[in-house]
Amino acid sequence: MTRAIEEHPLTGYLRIDRVPHIWCEGCGLGILLNSFVQALKDLEFDMDKLVVVSGIGCTGRASGYIKSDAYHTTHGRAIAFATGVKVANPDLKVVVISGDGDLFAIGGNHFIHAARRNIDMLVICANNFNYGMTGGQLGPTTPIGSRTQTSPYGNIEQPFNLSALAACSGAVYVSRWTTLHVRRLTESIKKGIHKKGFSFIEVIAPCSTVYGRYNRLGDGLDMMNDLKEISVIKHGIYPTEATIEPGKEIVVGDFVDIEKPEYSDMVQAFIKEQMEG
Amino acid sequence: MSRKVLTGSYFVHGDWACAEGALAAGCKFYAAYPITPASEIAERMAVRLPQVGGAFIQFEDELGAMAAVVGASYAGKKAMTATSGPGFSLMQENIGLAIMTEAPCVVVDVMRGAPSTGQPTKAGQGEMMQVRWGSHGDYEIISLVPSSVQETFDLTVEAFNRSERYRIPTFVMVDGILGHMYERIEIPEPEEIDIVNRKKPTQTPEEYLPFKADEDLIPPMANFGDGYHFYSTGLTHDERGYPDMSIEVQDKLIRRLSDKIRRNEEKIIRIEEVDVEDAEILVVAYGIPSRSALKAVEQARAEGIRAGLLRLITAWPFPTRILEDLSSQLDAVIMLEMNYGQLVREVERAVKPTPVTFLPKLGEEPHKPDEILTAIRRCSG
Repeated sequence: MTRAIEEHPLTGYLRIDRVPHIWCEGCGLGILLNSFVQALKDLEFDMDKLVVVSGIGCTGRASGYIKSDAYHTTHGRAIAFATGVKVANPDLKVVVISGDGDLFAIGGNHFIHAARRNIDMLVICANNFNYGMTGGQLGPTTPIGSRTQTSPYGNIEQPFNLSALAACSGAVYVSRWTTLHVRRLTESIKKGIHKKGFSFIEVIAPCSTVYGRYNRLGDGLDMMNDLKEISVIKHGIYPTEATIEPGKEIVVGDFVDIEKPEYSDMVQAFIKEQMEG
Repeated sequence: MSRKVLTGSYFVHGDWACAEGALAAGCKFYAAYPITPASEIAERMAVRLPQVGGAFIQFEDELGAMAAVVGASYAGKKAMTATSGPGFSLMQENIGLAIMTEAPCVVVDVMRGAPSTGQPTKAGQGEMMQVRWGSHGDYEIISLVPSSVQETFDLTVEAFNRSERYRIPTFVMVDGILGHMYERIEIPEPEEIDIVNRKKPTQTPEEYLPFKADEDLIPPMANFGDGYHFYSTGLTHDERGYPDMSIEVQDKLIRRLSDKIRRNEEKIIRIEEVDVEDAEILVVAYGIPSRSALKAVEQARAEGIRAGLLRLITAWPFPTRILEDLSSQLDAVIMLEMNYGQLVREVERAVKPTPVTFLPKLGEEPHKPDEILTAIRRCSG
């Protein structure tokens, strides 16, 4: 028997007056957004304490759909802006949601330095292997051989392994999932929100409209089925071993979970010392 | 605990005075990347901010430093950065973001000269047009140009007040000489320093529209964490802060961002006039060269030449109308700059058809009073 639901259970966490969102049919970003707000709901997170920041691109629009304080920065500067927020008001939980091009090409310097500082911040990166919003160009994670608008003969650039870059730069929590692993991703987001320090979650997301089309990967459903075929969970593996290569398995799981002194705590500690001293 | 306002008399350099002016104004956040001749501001802030409950962070580059200043401003703190030419170029991107999302903040440029790296340890006034037009699109900003170490303190306080009042990045353009020059300054008692804080919303979070302006064209500003749950974007946005690609919203927003300054030009513009009332020859200057100009004008007056000095305290908005009004009484204008011709273009436009003699200085040395006096004599002859 069907029953009418008056309101979607996640409505309170979303800017419903902005629906429909801009993302294409078959895109993984809606699933990512859903996992994020589900994590907030599961945690009963105090929305007064949350700031969501994003950069430019398809994923950059995520901050605009979440009903917390949220900010849409210039291209690549989400982490730098978020660092300013966190240092200025350490009581806030800052989450950056953005894409692979935004965070690792134009914004790569801010990523490695924020990880190095170990500032308390959760960075969620939707990795769809190309620049979707601008029509499907080569990005820093495009696999070797893949065709994009700006690699028409196949990509010849070595891609970044984002999770490995995060771990090597100093992140205290690193995990990778695909948009197929909705429940596991939601659990990881909960962990990342709770973790004190620089946390990174890589989310492999299908972009069937451009990346999928140029590489003949089928529609969104086909790309999700592919993810089901090729992804393998290996918790605890060091992410340098979890490379992403065409035709090979994608290793997902919780890769890194360590403890280190956190930056904004240390800033507050010496402010306290100086003010009392 | 160290005091926020270091009331007293000090023999210090301009960068020190700038940092103390910021603290006196209530600055609680500073992000920057080291660069000559502005590094001393960062060094002072690194020592002083923790003493007054504020945070200092050295960034990986000026792109990030400026973005962090905007973030700290949105988190409710008075925030500042300081840099010089090459760093100022990198900051333009997120200066635009601060303009578009109306983030109050202060940017100090301790100026050198030349494109690219130029002469890092030498002074200039190289960014007087970049400060006005350096970021893309249409906008207005406020920039202040001190000419003494005392005024560097005073105008840094003023810059914070104006940025908070108008929700706009405000610039203190210090020439490199002033940044490193020692002079005696008096820091007043805290209660003698006027402090302006941003307008807060009086509406409930449900009623609050983050970009709905009051009659003064300035929207009240909630801070992150205040419970208003608002969204802000560098995209063209409506009063709710939501992206809107319509012609109407673009037209309304871009006009308002500029008009909130244009309509208040008379309140914002500050100049100093010396012997201008009956002047036939007007020297226009700002920063360090204006001090040589004052000497030259005094000497010219002693020789019976009707010379006067107009010193810019705000460079932008530019005092076009004031110069227009003066032009009918003037036979000649002499403009001094430590660059190869920037604000002189504005002067020429304003005083037309009065002839303008431009005295450029490139490479560290400001104008000598004698050179200016020679130019005044030539104009009067």
